[in-house]
Amino acid sequence: MTRTTLVLANLRRRLRRTILTVLGLAVALFLFVSLRTFLHTLQTLGDVGSESRLVISNKLGIVFPLPLAYRARVAGMDGVHTVSHASWFGGTYGDGRSFFASFAVDPDSYFSLYPEIVLPPEQRAAFMADRTGAVVGVKLMERFGWKLHQTVTLRGTIYPGDHAFTIRGVYTAGKKGFDQGSFMFHHRYLEERTRDQGGAGLTGWYVLGVTDPERAPGIARTIDAWYENSSAPTRSQTEKAFNLAFVGLYGNIGFFLNAIGMAVVFAILMVAANTMAMSARERFSEIAVLKTLGFSDGEVMRLVVIEALVISLLGLLLGLGAAMLVFNIVQFDLGGFVPGLSVTPQIAAIGAGVALLIAVASGVVPAWQAGRLRVVDALRYTA
Amino acid sequence: MPLVDVQGVSKVYQRDSLSIPVLDAVSFAIETGEFLALMGPSGSGKTTLLNLLAGLDRPSAGRIQISGEDITQLKSKRLAAWRSRHVGFIFQLYNLIPVLTALQNVELPLLLTPLKRAERRAHAETALRVVGLEDRMHHFPRQLSGGQEQRVGIARAIVTDPTLILADEPTGDLDARAAQEILELLVRLNREYHKTIVLVTHDPHAAERASRSLHLEKGALLEQTRAGMPAGGAS
Amino acid sequence: MKIPLIYNLRSVLHRPATTAATALGVAFVVLTFVGMLALANGFRAALIATGRPDNLFVLRSGADGEISSGIGRDQAAILRGYPEVAKLADGRPIASADVYVVVSKPRMDGSETHMPVRGVGTEATQVRAVRITAGRMFEAGRAEVIVGRGLAGRMRDTRLGDRLRFGQQDFTVVGHFAAGGGAFESEVWGDAETLMSVFRGPVYQSMVLRLADPASFETVKARIEGDRRLQLQVKRESDFFAEQSSLLGSVLRFIAIFVTAIMAVGAVFGAINTMDAMVAARAREIALLRTLGFGGRSVLASFLIESVFVALIGGVLGCILALPINGIRTSTTNWQSFGELTFAFRITPEILLQGLAFAVIMGLVGGLLPAWRASRQTLASGLR
Repeated sequence: MTRTTLVLANLRRRLRRTILTVLGLAVALFLFVSLRTFLHTLQTLGDVGSESRLVISNKLGIVFPLPLAYRARVAGMDGVHTVSHASWFGGTYGDGRSFFASFAVDPDSYFSLYPEIVLPPEQRAAFMADRTGAVVGVKLMERFGWKLHQTVTLRGTIYPGDHAFTIRGVYTAGKKGFDQGSFMFHHRYLEERTRDQGGAGLTGWYVLGVTDPERAPGIARTIDAWYENSSAPTRSQTEKAFNLAFVGLYGNIGFFLNAIGMAVVFAILMVAANTMAMSARERFSEIAVLKTLGFSDGEVMRLVVIEALVISLLGLLLGLGAAMLVFNIVQFDLGGFVPGLSVTPQIAAIGAGVALLIAVASGVVPAWQAGRLRVVDALRYTA
Repeated sequence: MPLVDVQGVSKVYQRDSLSIPVLDAVSFAIETGEFLALMGPSGSGKTTLLNLLAGLDRPSAGRIQISGEDITQLKSKRLAAWRSRHVGFIFQLYNLIPVLTALQNVELPLLLTPLKRAERRAHAETALRVVGLEDRMHHFPRQLSGGQEQRVGIARAIVTDPTLILADEPTGDLDARAAQEILELLVRLNREYHKTIVLVTHDPHAAERASRSLHLEKGALLEQTRAGMPAGGAS
Repeated sequence: MKIPLIYNLRSVLHRPATTAATALGVAFVVLTFVGMLALANGFRAALIATGRPDNLFVLRSGADGEISSGIGRDQAAILRGYPEVAKLADGRPIASADVYVVVSKPRMDGSETHMPVRGVGTEATQVRAVRITAGRMFEAGRAEVIVGRGLAGRMRDTRLGDRLRFGQQDFTVVGHFAAGGGAFESEVWGDAETLMSVFRGPVYQSMVLRLADPASFETVKARIEGDRRLQLQVKRESDFFAEQSSLLGSVLRFIAIFVTAIMAVGAVFGAINTMDAMVAARAREIALLRTLGFGGRSVLASFLIESVFVALIGGVLGCILALPINGIRTSTTNWQSFGELTFAFRITPEILLQGLAFAVIMGLVGGLLPAWRASRQTLASGLR
């Protein structure tokens, strides 16, 4: 038997209460960690972007196109090894309720710029040979239950009408966090289908591969300067910056998520503190006995705090464990909208910190009371 | 030199603006190996005196020397350490920890010593054997009778081999037969194991078993007698 | 026989610290709940306040929003000529063919967002209720714009006299406008013809027409959508904007429910613990009450009432704490319209009532088990 035995025995005394407190803590920590994970992933969407790829879009905004004519000049730049272009298609499938990304690309250059798109060579060859072919992410295939070589019809929102494609390739992500739910097809096919709608000679954006990431900002500035006074001025930035800009669209959602996280922590702190105080109050006579036996004030306080710590630790293991299960293992991703949700070591550490804080805050008053307890008052009876 | 030397000890309690005197300049000595009974009516201050001897409270005036050490000068942390080594306390209401077994309860004071786990357990088992409860070691207090609980309390009080055993009305909550057993045990501890015992009681039969009695009345000591008979025939 | 309520009141007040802690726990849950409902509500309100049911809203068929839509001049002319369209005194149709784009522009804090820019026709203020709150309306044919009061002050270069650059041209902000709290207040308006030349060429994105007789909606809709030359789709303007909020609104509501449900579970655990301890500590009192003749059900009701009472205190506190949130403005990108949308937290009496109801439910659920246990406690065990 050790001091640990005493602490554990005390926790077992009112098992239901201990379990409820631990569960309450676990629930709160799960929520807290989930919110932080969501926030963190949103903020690091930009990290998936590469520093050695530049995105050139219309300065006015992503909804405005760029002339295909820019390509030749940009490709000739010193420091640029590959140029590709792509256009947002915005197609829907079936009843149109399930969102996915669809865009037309310049295939060879695009795939060589994105080694993260992993495609078996024979599928790539089949795609290149079929101008109506499509390369689809594995997650999207699963969602709609498509099969390789199946012909699917997408309804255009920007380019009206129904457009047929044949799935020639299924890609997976070669890098963690890279999206696996996109639909890509030949840019030429898009130009063909939209010839009468004024889409000729236009593209949505360019992607450049630069040989030296250090030179990327300089190259971006040069390109933007070239076209500054044209009818389609450009804005060039690293892919990382481009992705981060999308995160910025969410506004102060980060602030709100943090606020909610705080409220959660406070609420559970009330619960934990209450429980600790109740337990301690019931045991004042025992604490007096311990002091009689010679346990010092400090030692008695430590016992109370350790009890609070054990409860917190159990709650942390459960709550953090559940979160890691949901995000890291099952890989829940909010229906495809936020891929790559994952509890990082930093987030786990913050969760542990919160659990520690709750333990200390809820245990400090009962511990202090225990330390100050006078034996003669607690064990008072007729003399 | 006496084991315990109480010199001019007074205790006054402050309750709001009221001062309540409980002990008034009490002085006496206890020799090693004595079995002393502290007697007196309710409110006479005997429990307070016991608490002072245990270092659970501080006198308002006076000194208490135990084994040559003046415990009234010790700070709270040192006092706790002192108490763990020198005092074994037996309560009227046993005060066992309900979530621990008898054995674990007896082991509790040993957590404050440098003994290893196996050694602690051995000492506790020995103490339980002395009080005759070795077959109930793993029972919880709620599974024991009143008398058995008190015996565990005694085992706990002796397990650290303390200088002093202080017992506060240990038989107050027991029936006649159990009370008798407890007293026998205390006498044995005193005669066979040479433990110095201070017993607070208002039961004259219990006092009879002691080697000496002190009488307190309204916080002051009456004369001291040997063999439990107060001078002047008061009983 | 009913146990008098004064007993419960006294018991609650007798343990101020415990009661306060439990109530605070409930308060924070209710605060979060009300806050999130207010957010979702504010968002919904902004879009519902947009558009009228007697305005016809036209997009290209197949387009899921204004951004992906395109309507030609000739189609616009045909629609203007429809007899069902209401007319002004001088015979001009109450209609507006709009150019709609979103332009990357910075907010005050530097973060970039998509500023919705709408080029409207000359009758725009007739077909939509728009009120100039500062400065003046822009003049057709000039490089002038007015900024909705939702954007003014939240985005850079939106004060009176500032210049907004679109492509090669600078536009002067000559006025601010209000639109009944609707989505238009998050837009910048200018003259359609002028903006057309800057943006995407001679194509409108949408058209809005006032119906002289609202009941003719179905007939007109059928006629327009049935005409194969036109390739257009028709909705009520109010319906269109309400639909534009559906996705984001659902997500906000989902998050609200998810977060609050989980928090509530935690708080209920806390409530159970508290009530449990209270019941245990008052075992003697309960036994006494039973001895006096109060039945098990009275005891159950009594403790349940107490639990609900404490939870209600927390609920009221939570609502009070939430009140300052009302009116705080925030903004985000509406994924469907692709443009920035500003809206304000909107607390309504219904939301507050929902918060209180939620607190009551937490009190009931949390108190049920302990109260039931209290009612089942045998006399003997209580008086031991």
